[in-house]
Amino acid sequence: MEKQLFLGDEAIAQAAIDAGLSGVYSYPGTPSTEITEYIQNSKTAKENGIFSQWCANEKTAVETAFGMSYAGKRTLSCMKHVGLNVAADAFMNIAMSGINGGMIIVTADDPSMHSSQNEQDNRVYGNFAMIPVFEPSNQQEAYDMIYEGYDWSEKWGYPVLFRITTRMAHSRSGVRTREARPQNPVGVEKDAQQKYTLLPVNARKRFKVLLDKQKDFLEASETSRYNQFLPLNPLKGTLTDAQNANIAQAKSPLQGVGGLLQGVGKLGIVACGIAFNYLQENYPDGFAHPVLKISQYPLPIKQLRQLVEACDEILVLEDGYPVVEEQLKGYLGIGLKIHGRLDGTLPREGELTPDKVRKALGMEVLSGYPASEAIAQRPPALCAGCGHRDVYEALNEVLKEYENAKVFSDIGCYTLGALPPFRAIDTCIDMGASITMARGASEAGIFPAVAVIGDSTFTHSGMTGLLDCVNAKANVLIIISDNETTGMTGGQDSAATGRIHAICMGIGVEPEHLHGIVPLKKNFEEMKRLIRNEIEYQGVSVIVPCRECIQTHGKKVKTKK
Amino acid sequence: MKTDIILAGVGGQGILSIAAVIGEAALEDGLYMKQSEVHGMSQRGGDVQSHLRIGDKPVASDLIPLGNADIIVSLEPMEALRYLPYLKKDGWIVTNSKPFENIPNYPEMEKLMDEYEHLPNKIILNVEQLAKDLGAPRSGNVVLLGAASPYIGVDFSKLENGIRRIFGRKGEEIVALNLKALRAGKDHA
Repeated sequence: MEKQLFLGDEAIAQAAIDAGLSGVYSYPGTPSTEITEYIQNSKTAKENGIFSQWCANEKTAVETAFGMSYAGKRTLSCMKHVGLNVAADAFMNIAMSGINGGMIIVTADDPSMHSSQNEQDNRVYGNFAMIPVFEPSNQQEAYDMIYEGYDWSEKWGYPVLFRITTRMAHSRSGVRTREARPQNPVGVEKDAQQKYTLLPVNARKRFKVLLDKQKDFLEASETSRYNQFLPLNPLKGTLTDAQNANIAQAKSPLQGVGGLLQGVGKLGIVACGIAFNYLQENYPDGFAHPVLKISQYPLPIKQLRQLVEACDEILVLEDGYPVVEEQLKGYLGIGLKIHGRLDGTLPREGELTPDKVRKALGMEVLSGYPASEAIAQRPPALCAGCGHRDVYEALNEVLKEYENAKVFSDIGCYTLGALPPFRAIDTCIDMGASITMARGASEAGIFPAVAVIGDSTFTHSGMTGLLDCVNAKANVLIIISDNETTGMTGGQDSAATGRIHAICMGIGVEPEHLHGIVPLKKNFEEMKRLIRNEIEYQGVSVIVPCRECIQTHGKKVKTKK
Repeated sequence: MKTDIILAGVGGQGILSIAAVIGEAALEDGLYMKQSEVHGMSQRGGDVQSHLRIGDKPVASDLIPLGNADIIVSLEPMEALRYLPYLKKDGWIVTNSKPFENIPNYPEMEKLMDEYEHLPNKIILNVEQLAKDLGAPRSGNVVLLGAASPYIGVDFSKLENGIRRIFGRKGEEIVALNLKALRAGKDHA
């Protein structure tokens, strides 16, 4: 078939469709959002009746996908790395029961925190749940590994955790697609009740099954075409001069220019996922060292042994945490010398780059022109005309009247209220923490304790915290800044749209302390009055400033034209 | 053949459409490519860049190594300078001259132009003015692509086909305007 240009995210989406997907269940989160969006916009997906509506959060998404798998069909659930924390309860226990229809969970990790609050490496979750992890090194592999991943998942009876990083998610390349396959028929397994009812008596059995499966997972890794041991083979006589020069260098002590590797032994390299590309970039004419490319976990022991036998030292290249490095090194660090992020050969934090890898290999990093001294930082900012701006202007004005006010905020565009000119918020930790932190701080003696949360974040993880506040009659003001969309990720449907008042009433917020307002200049004084009054009320107050995101509004106007 | 291109600008200016046109052209030319772009938080008025790599051999890294870029194409004069450490000594900068000032400490234009003084290979043009003069005020990014076209390593006619494919959905009129914008950029440079 003809090559098509796909983002890593799009390659994953197209592969799932081609593999006979029946439903994708996700919550938006950079850099994973485009996978689900692609399926939502796909004509084929529509024709084939593939379900693709956004879910309230990652936990509901994974569970819904799992329900579809239980019924025999192939499902996908996509999230950013921190989303898997929200879905962890479901994730860990689905690994206990196992699945029926093929199930893939995509985690899009964000090393360097381009759009995130941490850079956790979710391969750790794969180890934790003891299920296979796939980590493609390029867009074509992303496509192929999803396409084949569904077969693996069904063969094993377990979900696959599919790990990509921002660079893979948001980089485009030509991808060859494969033949589309039909969806699975609906059907539940014969032993379903025992398998899917994790009473202790059943769970103990399932855990034994999972432990027993480990050898199958390992065997699959050792025979996977995505894990490759690439030994140096100078006897073939087909090497270029450059390759021979590289090999000569590899046999001598590694004292490359500016290099950190001063060891005297032969070096072998383990390159995981996208790190393999950065290694290749630095050896355009062939590797100077034996290399083990890894894209499928658990780690293939057979190939690792081959590498260790051929080398005295190992350099581990992986994007994210030193997960493989720690496994190879062990806690005591006795035995084989392992280099990587833990011994300073590579920086401990941040995304890998071809230059970081180059430096670790002891090669000279090129430099272009010196960095300009004229340039200024250009941080992101709330859009001109954004309703969150009006909210923060009013809130800042009122809070000038209070000496010890604290504003607990949340994850979304409005987090940008932390930056100048507003400097309006004091915290942003995780989805929903604004409301619960405000309560805790209030009970510790902070007054006023204000929470600012967006509509989509509120239905994702804020509602339960609000219930706690209502039950405790906490003295908090909660501002749900409603822009009727999931803004930061580009305007996906929000589960909250049109429902916030009803939800707040249902949770038990007193009607006289639940207010809506349109955040516009003309309502500035009224908004200030509401905020001031509700700060003074000893109990739970909720103000819902509601005006559509100007980005989604603009898009709608454009489409109408 | 191998060309490493850094596309720069401010979130929302339209660098990704330029990337898409070059990508389509490269694919039609049977070339390999990788193009890494920025989505998410920075798109809200922050600095954005895209690394675009094309060549007749498979491209390994999604990111361009330092000192390897053949050309920086920028919709904003300060943003072009942000990526100087990536630019080869004999590389080119093709940039819009009109600043996008959404920060309080935007540098003096003179200071920016001083920096450009020291760079041997540059094309600085007001793409918005040129686009307006053509009656295609929204095609500033395509004018810029036209100006950069001699250094990209892809046939001009393939870029024209890229325009047809990317803008085809929006109708013949839009395609014609953008083809005109592409040509005008090329002629100006």
